[in-house]
Amino acid sequence: MKWHRLLMLLVVGMLAFAAGCGGDDDEASGTGATTEASGGAEGGTLVFAGASDPVVLDGSLVSDGESLRVIDQIYETLVGLEPGTTELEPALATSWEASDDGLEWTFQLEEGVTFHDGEPFNAEAVCYNFDRWYNFKGSFQNPSASYYWQTVFGGFAETDPKSGAPADSLYASCTANGENEVVLKLTKASSSFLGALSLSAFSIASPKALQEFGADEGTVNADGIFQPTGSYGTEHPTGTGPFKFESWTVGDRLVLAKNEDYWGEKAKLDKVIFRPIADNAARLQALQNGEIDGYDLVEPQDIPTIEGDESLQILDRPAFNVAYVGINQAIPPMDKLEVRQAIAHALNRQEVVESFYSGRGEVAKEFMPPEVEGYADDVTEYEYDSSKSKELLQKAGLTLPVPITFWYPTDVSRPYMPDPKRNFEAFAASLEEGGFKVTPKSAPWRPDYLGTVDEGKAQLYLLGWTGDYGDPDNFIGTFFQDGQKAWGTIAKANKEVQDKLDEAESETDIDARTGLYEEANRLIMDWLPGVPYAHSRPALAFKAGIEGYEPSPVSLESFATVTKSE
Amino acid sequence: MLRFVVRRLLLLLPILLGLSILVFLWIRALPGGPAQALLGERATEEAIAQIEREYGLDKPIYVQYWRYLETVLQGDLGQSVTTRRDVTEELRQKFPATIELAIAAMLFSTFFGIPLGFFAAKRYGGTFDHFSLVASLIGVSIPVFFLGIILKYVFAVQLGWLPTVGRIDVLIELEHPTNFYVIDAILAGDPAALWDVLKHLILPAIALGSIPLAIIARITRAAVLDVQNEDYVRTARAKGMPPAVVDRRHVLRNAMLPIVTIIGLQVGFLLAGAVLTETVFAWPGIGTWLVDAIESRNYPVLQGGILFVALIFVVVNLLVDVSYAFLNPRIRLS
Repeated sequence: MKWHRLLMLLVVGMLAFAAGCGGDDDEASGTGATTEASGGAEGGTLVFAGASDPVVLDGSLVSDGESLRVIDQIYETLVGLEPGTTELEPALATSWEASDDGLEWTFQLEEGVTFHDGEPFNAEAVCYNFDRWYNFKGSFQNPSASYYWQTVFGGFAETDPKSGAPADSLYASCTANGENEVVLKLTKASSSFLGALSLSAFSIASPKALQEFGADEGTVNADGIFQPTGSYGTEHPTGTGPFKFESWTVGDRLVLAKNEDYWGEKAKLDKVIFRPIADNAARLQALQNGEIDGYDLVEPQDIPTIEGDESLQILDRPAFNVAYVGINQAIPPMDKLEVRQAIAHALNRQEVVESFYSGRGEVAKEFMPPEVEGYADDVTEYEYDSSKSKELLQKAGLTLPVPITFWYPTDVSRPYMPDPKRNFEAFAASLEEGGFKVTPKSAPWRPDYLGTVDEGKAQLYLLGWTGDYGDPDNFIGTFFQDGQKAWGTIAKANKEVQDKLDEAESETDIDARTGLYEEANRLIMDWLPGVPYAHSRPALAFKAGIEGYEPSPVSLESFATVTKSE
Repeated sequence: MLRFVVRRLLLLLPILLGLSILVFLWIRALPGGPAQALLGERATEEAIAQIEREYGLDKPIYVQYWRYLETVLQGDLGQSVTTRRDVTEELRQKFPATIELAIAAMLFSTFFGIPLGFFAAKRYGGTFDHFSLVASLIGVSIPVFFLGIILKYVFAVQLGWLPTVGRIDVLIELEHPTNFYVIDAILAGDPAALWDVLKHLILPAIALGSIPLAIIARITRAAVLDVQNEDYVRTARAKGMPPAVVDRRHVLRNAMLPIVTIIGLQVGFLLAGAVLTETVFAWPGIGTWLVDAIESRNYPVLQGGILFVALIFVVVNLLVDVSYAFLNPRIRLS
């Protein structure tokens, strides 16, 4: 019986050890990162958690937040943004000017800059990058790869008609005048392209590294499908930024090290490590346990927990999104203006924003946030008034209650809409008071819900948009410049709005442009293709000792200014 | 014996083929495809059409399947839609993580489960027996992810003894020739790293192993009770054999048969239940990989991943059956 006794003692002993041994203190004591920082401002390693691994570290081929976060540390663009804003400022280009016809843009480049591999940054390198993007072939022309090039410039040198990319391109050519001057020629005048150059998609990479590590290499298989084979984007991303790529173990960590040869103000931290933690609760617990120093995409319900913990802090991103109730005018009676106006009056937007945005939302009165140029303060507003809604419906000749189907997504929380279901329930209730009969419809966010909306099958739906860059074209241009099934604007186009947006996009004078976009906003809120209702501030969480992180409306955030103290 | 093994291995082929057809059809029956998953709000009609063309999704289904079969037989499982890496490469990186976790959970559940069941049987009807029954019930009822969060809250956030996420501390550098972190740490001769890796395994192994622990304890108890009352055990005791020897040579060895069966079945559960544990502990294994693939309609990953898991399951069960022969001479000699 002896060995049995021993075994039982072992089992009981371990249980006692686990249960009995009291904890030392109630605070979260870290078992994770030990840092080299001695409480001072310089040095140290910062560990930051995103929701997943980046896809690839090549700015021109990605549009997901995790890839862009890392890319923003390694690379730079010609034109940058003032931290925390969407104001343009010089980055790799010190100054720029447009020709009178708006077709030629001349950039003066910063001197004495080198890439991480020691190669010189110059005009030739800039043109190499632009020409590389313009000459993308095969799978690289897929909208899911070169999304931003296509949004800003349109098509390519040889656009494959089956690729889905636009046939025409805004880009004509790039010329290097000496070492430090670049001339970009466009095919038509555009002023939104300057702001768009601040996008991470137009990061300048080392031509030598791009070639050496096969950034554009791939094979075409039996189906004619192009598959990338180079190691540039996964092992050798080479930019000019304040951090250099060190190593990447997928699923575990991505390590960046300080660039000691950086041309500007060097980073304070020695290293930044990104680790992917998909589950929101796991991210929070890792922060509380000290295994990470900060994370993004904080769930609204965790914000009170973090704010109540002295060792942690919440940082706000300025609102750069819009949540709206979309209306499909191709489905009657949505084609009647009075009906859309009735909906606008029937929705209790104030209550939804106050109740379901954890104090981080503001009511929206047009389809862009106030920070963006072209925002008009004097658009038509629709106050919450259920009886007015009923009046309008009757004026339209409809019998009450008017039946409508209203879609909302499940299994998702978006920065502009943290709790779709609750938004829906409140809106549906207020719509019913306004003389409608609401039939609820829901589907999982992707691909079902998005697919339904995109295909124009939803009569009324909840959706939103987070801006990519500080230009009104990125908001109302995206929604209303071309006909789309979701809004029913292929069947029921509004030429006045489309023409106004076209005019605004090609206007090169900044002030005139702003005026035109303001007019467009007024027109849109009279036409009422949908009802915008909220702008919200997404939140990031950090340990209390982290300073110098500047949240940006477009999530262009640098770790170079961050310091860590214990 | 050899014929038996070969026959079972040959059966693998029709099983995998049939499964691959089923998976292929089933995931395409789900509404939507990879395009919306990739682009979200930014998906336009052209983008969706192009992605479908690129993945051959616009061709008739038997053509798609035939093409798929051709590439698989060449050892190419395709590329993940979301990460654009080879499916085989991702499998090679993630599978060891799940295996390591499953082994740790299996060790935990057998190391504690078998003695628990054994002593419960020996003290049949006593307090320990009742305690083990209650513990088993709790173990099998608690949702794994809930247990994981509670374990993390108590042992990590409050007590600070153990980490909450990942396989290794983010500041420890370690080479990964095998991707089994325990083996890699041993190969590198780094005791600090080894201890850190083991610390990261403890809580997930407990969370994942809680259900198999409960089941193994109960089965052991039932099996031991059964065997104890057999004639040959009574004879052995009557002969004056020391009780410890009786237990070891006769009781346990014969009780092992049903226990080993259950352990084999638990492997299947561990590979599947790993999804919840992996999510809670940010463990980079195939569980989360496959769940994400369902959400994003990542067809190549789903096809390759599910087939691989099925292959493992069949092979493990084969090993279980073969081990019967060693445990039970009656099977071996028949």
